Amino acid sequence: MTFHPLGDSALTIDFADESPDRERLLARALSVAGALEGANIPGVIDVTSAYESVAVFFDPARIERDVEEKIRAFVASAGIRVSRKRRRIEIPACYDADFALDLARVEAETNLLVDAIIALHSSSEYTVACIGFVPGFPFLAGLSEKLRVPRLESPRTRVPAGSVAIANAQAGIYPFESPGGWNVIGRTPLRLFDAKAQSPALLHAGDRVRFRRITRQEFEMRVKENSK
Amino acid sequence: MIASVTSGGFQTTVQDCGRTRLRKFGVTPGGALDSVSLRLANLVVGNSECMAGLECTSGRLQLQFDCERLISWAGDEFKVQVGKELVPSLHCARVSADAILEISPKRAGRIWLAVSGGIDAPEILGSRSTDLRAHFGGWQGRALREGDELPLGSESKLCARIRAALLERVSDWSAPRFVSRKRFLRVIRGKNWDDDTGAKLLAQKFRVAMNSDRMGLRLEGGELVSTNPPELVSEAVVPGTIQLPRSGAPVVLLGDCQTIGGYPKIAHVITVDLGYAAQLQPLDEVRFELIELEQARDLLRERERDVALFRAGLEARFG
Repeated sequence: MTFHPLGDSALTIDFADESPDRERLLARALSVAGALEGANIPGVIDVTSAYESVAVFFDPARIERDVEEKIRAFVASAGIRVSRKRRRIEIPACYDADFALDLARVEAETNLLVDAIIALHSSSEYTVACIGFVPGFPFLAGLSEKLRVPRLESPRTRVPAGSVAIANAQAGIYPFESPGGWNVIGRTPLRLFDAKAQSPALLHAGDRVRFRRITRQEFEMRVKENSK
Repeated sequence: MIASVTSGGFQTTVQDCGRTRLRKFGVTPGGALDSVSLRLANLVVGNSECMAGLECTSGRLQLQFDCERLISWAGDEFKVQVGKELVPSLHCARVSADAILEISPKRAGRIWLAVSGGIDAPEILGSRSTDLRAHFGGWQGRALREGDELPLGSESKLCARIRAALLERVSDWSAPRFVSRKRFLRVIRGKNWDDDTGAKLLAQKFRVAMNSDRMGLRLEGGELVSTNPPELVSEAVVPGTIQLPRSGAPVVLLGDCQTIGGYPKIAHVITVDLGYAAQLQPLDEVRFELIELEQARDLLRERERDVALFRAGLEARFG
């Protein structure tokens, strides 16, 4: 565990040196972030986690001189358990050719047939490593080794909302239309981010996610329901 | 109680002090790129510090209120006029109902305008700030346009007292100005700092690239800081973080930056210099100066003390 200033009003706690096991590191980051959020350390205004690190943000108007020591002591103390209750969430995804903008590219890169690609993508269980890039965008760990395809040479200026995509070892979903360079292989009718909802992001770091293949008909039906 | 936009300017947005506790959902903190300028302008008109105001970028903005309001502004060199009368920065001015408030830049830059009572845009996720990238917050999640009618909030008692004490249209007092006008952005070392790359960052003059925006200042210069820096495991980034993407040309992240990033974090612009960073425009020259973390924090404490002193003075005089 190493501490690094993240500017003058935040710090990063990096767990990379604790284990070579990525899943363990993710679990460690999630549990420390959860514990720090509940700890109410004075002057701490936000906590986030990513793959193998946690960031702690301070109120810039009152950074106490010993705040780092307090956080260090808290994280080092025994009270943090690695196990946490994980939510399991199913994401309906339609792999129709109209939505799978880069399926041909993925076929060429992987030497797999479309059905095999879809089967591999929709049979894995993923873990939400973190939410970022744009509000509600999940970085999903757990993509099949066989589906590792580099990012597009030049990113698209407009990736449609709901696009289900893969890049290198990761899978993700674009919550709304935005630029992006991942390989798009399908689309979900779900809304991943709603600024007006009490809990704005559908997915949270640590959630377990599976994709369920749906027909074009079911996709259109779900979209219609959403717009009601 | 409405402000009518008769000319929208360029990328004028409703901003307050931004969003907190939402980084874990990928929501950027956003808010006024120079929050101190907005806070001071708010104080001058008797608002609480973080009420929503307008962030104006180069371009001509014209407003008309349907009731008398106080205004104040802070930031770069702009021409702010009520009718034919000039309003200097950080002064308090009365804008009568139907008078024309016109804001235009003397050079490209940004200013923050506070109106007594604040801009009463709907609060979304704890803030009235516009998130241009995710299209929510502020006024319909977008920059202002001609024809927009912005609701104004109710004035505080302090607003009324400040107004009552105004003898002329423009106050004979003002708030102090904190933005440093040096050509250096002060930085502290980042997690991926190394002395060689750092030395190149500090030795060079950079130029702000055309594709810079509220997310970040993209820098270009004679020599790149590094060629093909590695991509790392993604982790949190903050406004001020200087990233070194594949091109080797540094990017200084600003208020609308994404919440996590995978490029090396070579250094961070200190919080008190983010207001200066917010003024930098394409083709401006920029250089960096290294200081220590504790110095950066002392400067921040000093600034917060100065803001608190001004607030206390104002309350003592008009409260």
